[in-house]
Amino acid sequence: MKLITALVRPSKVDAIKSALVALEIVGMTVSDARGFGRQKGQVERYRGNEFTVDFLPKSKIVVAVPDEKLEAALNAISEAAHTGEIGDGKIFVTPLLDAIRIRTGERGPIAL
Amino acid sequence: MPRSSKSGGGITAEATFDRLRTRMLAGIHSPQLKSSALVLLAAGAGMLPLMAGSAKAALTKMPTDGADTLLMLMGSALVLLMTPGLAFFYGGFTRAKNVLNTMMMSFFLMGLVGVLWVVIGYSLSFGTGFGSPFIGGLDFLMLNGVGGPLGDEPLADGFAISASSFALFQGMFAIITPALISGALVERINFKAWFWFALLWSLFIYCPMAKMVWGGGFLGAAEGMMGAIDFAGGTVVHIASGVAALVAAAIVGPRTGYPESVRPPHNVPYILLGAGLLWFGWFGFNGASFFAAKGAGFSFITTTTSASAAMLTWCLIDWFKDGKPTAVGAATGAVAGLVGITPAAGFVAIGSSIVIGAVVAVACYVAVQFSGAGGVGGSSKSVLDESLDAFSVHGVGGTLGALLTGALAVKELVPADYFPAAAKILEESGNFGLFLTQLKAVLFTYGFVAIGTVIILLIIKATVGLRVSPEDEERGLDFVCHGEEAYDPMTN
Repeated sequence: MKLITALVRPSKVDAIKSALVALEIVGMTVSDARGFGRQKGQVERYRGNEFTVDFLPKSKIVVAVPDEKLEAALNAISEAAHTGEIGDGKIFVTPLLDAIRIRTGERGPIAL
Repeated sequence: MPRSSKSGGGITAEATFDRLRTRMLAGIHSPQLKSSALVLLAAGAGMLPLMAGSAKAALTKMPTDGADTLLMLMGSALVLLMTPGLAFFYGGFTRAKNVLNTMMMSFFLMGLVGVLWVVIGYSLSFGTGFGSPFIGGLDFLMLNGVGGPLGDEPLADGFAISASSFALFQGMFAIITPALISGALVERINFKAWFWFALLWSLFIYCPMAKMVWGGGFLGAAEGMMGAIDFAGGTVVHIASGVAALVAAAIVGPRTGYPESVRPPHNVPYILLGAGLLWFGWFGFNGASFFAAKGAGFSFITTTTSASAAMLTWCLIDWFKDGKPTAVGAATGAVAGLVGITPAAGFVAIGSSIVIGAVVAVACYVAVQFSGAGGVGGSSKSVLDESLDAFSVHGVGGTLGALLTGALAVKELVPADYFPAAAKILEESGNFGLFLTQLKAVLFTYGFVAIGTVIILLIIKATVGLRVSPEDEERGLDFVCHGEEAYDPMTN
């Protein structure tokens, strides 16, 4: 099992969800996030005072997948989130030790 | 604006008014009756500008009345508050990344139209310089001469409100009317395009509409005119803004990704706050449109009663249809009821205001289901992205209100001295006749506003462009158009 953490443009979340559901990966967690990478921050002005805001709005998607679906899931997310401009985001993959479905107590890939 | 009917434009109108006034006062012997007649006359303020130059009969000149003028000043403040109220109402419906832009489309007009009105808008709406039943003149530029050197002179013979308070009151209406249109264009129109649209639309659509309905012009109830009545702006404000919204939504086009991209309102408490401020302000909008404090009780009561009935109706429909009464439904229903009673407020019985509120709520509910999204459901497949239901509420509610005004107007509340053309129709062919007249005025307004709005939008499209780019739309208009963010977690 692997845990995928994708930091993407907020406007791409729907497309990513659809792409993952098409792979029968059901279940994901999305949260609002602020962050920066190579993309520069933005300058905001309030009453003439400039504020440089380094952290830009992003969405953080967390999804756990069985090993055999990992490559397909990564491709799906990359394609759905791609625009080619700076600021498309990043995907991180980490090993997942275990998973538990609380309702039934099932463990391992079956709990995903 | 209700009682503006009197004038025809130019000398004829003034002469007509003088004749009517003299006849009316001459026929009244009891002093008590005479004073109520004066109050009635005072209530007829709308045409003041028309009479201002012609006041020769000293007998009928009324001193400015403090209470009546205070009503207008209070009413002006109330109507002004409706614009930030509308900003909250609309702002709650949009996405968090567009809320400041949405609110600015209303709020900013307090600046733009606020200046425009004083410089030239009032003159184009209520002047007589051009001698035309369609447009005013340049006689009141900078409000020059309005209310005399101290601003305390009455609007015209027979009116007890000061001319300056009338000009201010009318200005507040001019501000909110284009703001209503913004509901159809949110989340994609370029703010620069909005600036030019609001400016041109105010001058070339709103001012002629105000002249035609309230300034003694073509559609109004003055002698020899069409005879339609509009108490506080069903035609001038709500139909005009609703039709413009529909046309503008078609020309500007839907938001990118519509209708799949539509989201629920980002802040429902804002919607309730906005609706509350609108309701409160509507006491000025309709109530103070009676132009005389003593008789304004009815127009205040019908206004709030209609809103209550409409909110109740909308919630009950929600309840029966979907099992739960919704907060957004309650807010929308209240606004629909206020829109519906606007043309009727001073012309109908109190019982009728309940009927108007309920009927308008049902009609607007159906219209909102058809037009789709509105921020509530997003189920519509319609390609016309009338985003915040400006037409479904203001256009449909205003139209139905105008027609119901014809059907339900009470003869005693449409006195022949103030509304000669309308009273004549009521006398000769009853409410059905007035209904048909209202229908004619509504259809004329649809045509005039639709054509004018199309021309203005095409000019803007060819010059400054109408929309932001799809990338900017995705980023959010708060940052793109204003360089600000409404909610930034990093500033916590």
